[in-house]
Amino acid sequence: MSTQASTAALASRRILIGKPGLDGHDIGAKIIALTLRNAGAEVIYTGLRRSPQQIAQVAVDEGVDAVGLSILSGSHKELVADVIVQLRAMKAEGVKVFVGGTIPAEDHAHLRGLGVSAVFTADMPLERVVAELAESLA
Amino acid sequence: MKRDQLPNAARAAEPRLRAVSPSGIEVPTQVDASAVDASRIGKPGEYPFTRGIFEDGYAGRLWTIRQYSGFGTAEESNERYKFLLAKGQTGLSVALDLPTQCGLDPTHPMARPEIGKVGVSLSNLSEAEILFRDLDLSKISTSFTINGTAAIVYAMYLAVADKQGVRRDQLTGTIQNDILKEYVARGTWIFPVRPSMRLIADSILYSNETSPRFNPISIAGAHVRDAGATAAEEMAYTLANGLAYVDELQARGGDVEKFAKRLSFFFYVHMDFFDEIAKFRAGRRLWARFMKERYGARDPKAQHFRFGVVCGGSSLVAPQPYNNVVRVAVETMAAVFGGAQSVFTCAFDEAFQIPTEFSAELAVRTQQILAYESGIGRSVDPLGGSYMLEQHTDRMEEQIQRVMTEIDAYGGVVRAIEDGWIQMRLAERGLQRKLDNDSGLSVVVGQNHFKKEDEEVRVGEVFTLDPTVASRALEKFQRVMDTRDNAAVQRSLERLSRAAAQDRENVMPYLVDCCHAYATVGEMVASLKQQWGEFKEPVNL
Repeated sequence: MSTQASTAALASRRILIGKPGLDGHDIGAKIIALTLRNAGAEVIYTGLRRSPQQIAQVAVDEGVDAVGLSILSGSHKELVADVIVQLRAMKAEGVKVFVGGTIPAEDHAHLRGLGVSAVFTADMPLERVVAELAESLA
Repeated sequence: MKRDQLPNAARAAEPRLRAVSPSGIEVPTQVDASAVDASRIGKPGEYPFTRGIFEDGYAGRLWTIRQYSGFGTAEESNERYKFLLAKGQTGLSVALDLPTQCGLDPTHPMARPEIGKVGVSLSNLSEAEILFRDLDLSKISTSFTINGTAAIVYAMYLAVADKQGVRRDQLTGTIQNDILKEYVARGTWIFPVRPSMRLIADSILYSNETSPRFNPISIAGAHVRDAGATAAEEMAYTLANGLAYVDELQARGGDVEKFAKRLSFFFYVHMDFFDEIAKFRAGRRLWARFMKERYGARDPKAQHFRFGVVCGGSSLVAPQPYNNVVRVAVETMAAVFGGAQSVFTCAFDEAFQIPTEFSAELAVRTQQILAYESGIGRSVDPLGGSYMLEQHTDRMEEQIQRVMTEIDAYGGVVRAIEDGWIQMRLAERGLQRKLDNDSGLSVVVGQNHFKKEDEEVRVGEVFTLDPTVASRALEKFQRVMDTRDNAAVQRSLERLSRAAAQDRENVMPYLVDCCHAYATVGEMVASLKQQWGEFKEPVNL
């Protein structure tokens, strides 16, 4: 997919990029936030050290279409499950959840089982990340 | 393999060498003697130290070969340390878990999923007593990767030594204690920038007096580099941070002749060979000049730029992982030609899993082969005087200074970080690096060029998780809460809080008293927060 087509596909989408937990490595989250914005989306970034509850609350308050969670500390299973529980409790099941970071291959299926739409890793081209997001939000 | 035997896909993708280095430095096809200004180079061991801080280089003392070390609970780490010491290792390296790094006790709701995960949980003195049980602290050197709570962990180390009856002036080791880069790239900040600068100055000045053989700071460029900075930017940000610490230390009454001898640095080495060598040579020359000309340091030791390096990091990739062995060897050579004091080599599989014993050993062997077989360390700065390298070093120096001037023009690092200006620049650079990798403009063999079409890239377990670690840490924590003298804890915390409110005070002795009373890291941080507040992260994307 060309960047041009992605731009059209993500236009008018609102996406929250969140850093749950204590992990402070935020360059991946920021690269994705800038990329999605360049692809036409309206992007909100939470900043570091947010609790799953805080992230879900921002997602609801801002009425976002999707939440992208960036986790590199190895705590993705607990933190992602928690964010999804909180979103459900706030009746926001419609918000799509994506995960990025250092996520071992054997955990991808587990995360999808929790309700995650897609898992992105650092080696994936940004164009593909945009394309998959666009398709998922279409 | 002959060219015509290459598969079509590989041949079609064959990239071209660019005439500009990744740091944006023009590299001519040919350089001759007219490009070299001999007066700028000097001799090894002499100002401005372009050719190294020692006249005999590695012939006098080989670089320190640092080894991979794991983590777990204080008990498990203590066992591991005893094993390593029995094998002849003299330096320990301690990683702390994220709650300890962020100043939260294990009982804090945010701490729960992270207890003991990326390092040891060191919530109070009793854990430190377990960690160093039966280890003679006067004989070993301990290096802590700790920043936001570095002063507290250092205080705890002093308290353990006190309890063991080891004199503080016998202690050797290092705390990273570099908060400025935490705001930019690593994220374990706690307090606002200015009180954090005071805390660091307090710990350095106190350490200079009480444990003069201990390195109270390691100013790090590695993290901004991994996030996306070029070699020139890595050096520029790190020197700028270093100078900000020097300013703070002087403002708090420190003597540059004394404290500057204990400042050390820490960098990544990536793949562009001459950018890396030039980065170290230019950095060493610039630092010496700043110390001498701006701060008037006369003792050569106070002008010395001592640094350790990590080879690998984000330059290692998961596809065709054995290629990483070659990368680490090339990077280690660049570190050696750059004159590093210590080298840590990443294992080739670190990009996608916890290193195995095999890969960790290979990483160390790579250094030993270069040290003892290749002979590259025999003569100090063997590439010194090369037309190309000397010109590249000069140009690298100009590039580094250009970035430092931009930071100065903005209003200095402290303001640039408070406003989020450096963070934003770094994010944009990270995006650019990623796009250049995606497009293949920056060549990464096996990843964006010369790919194997059918290769399956898998990411294995990146962090070991023992499900009982958290519950054991919580149990131990509760036991300390139940048995300590709570009135004494409160008194020590109140004194700490009062000292923090007085700018003229040094908070370190109060932190040591708190540690002795078994106050927790979370309690000490809370007392300091009362006076200093918390950093408000500028989220201006």
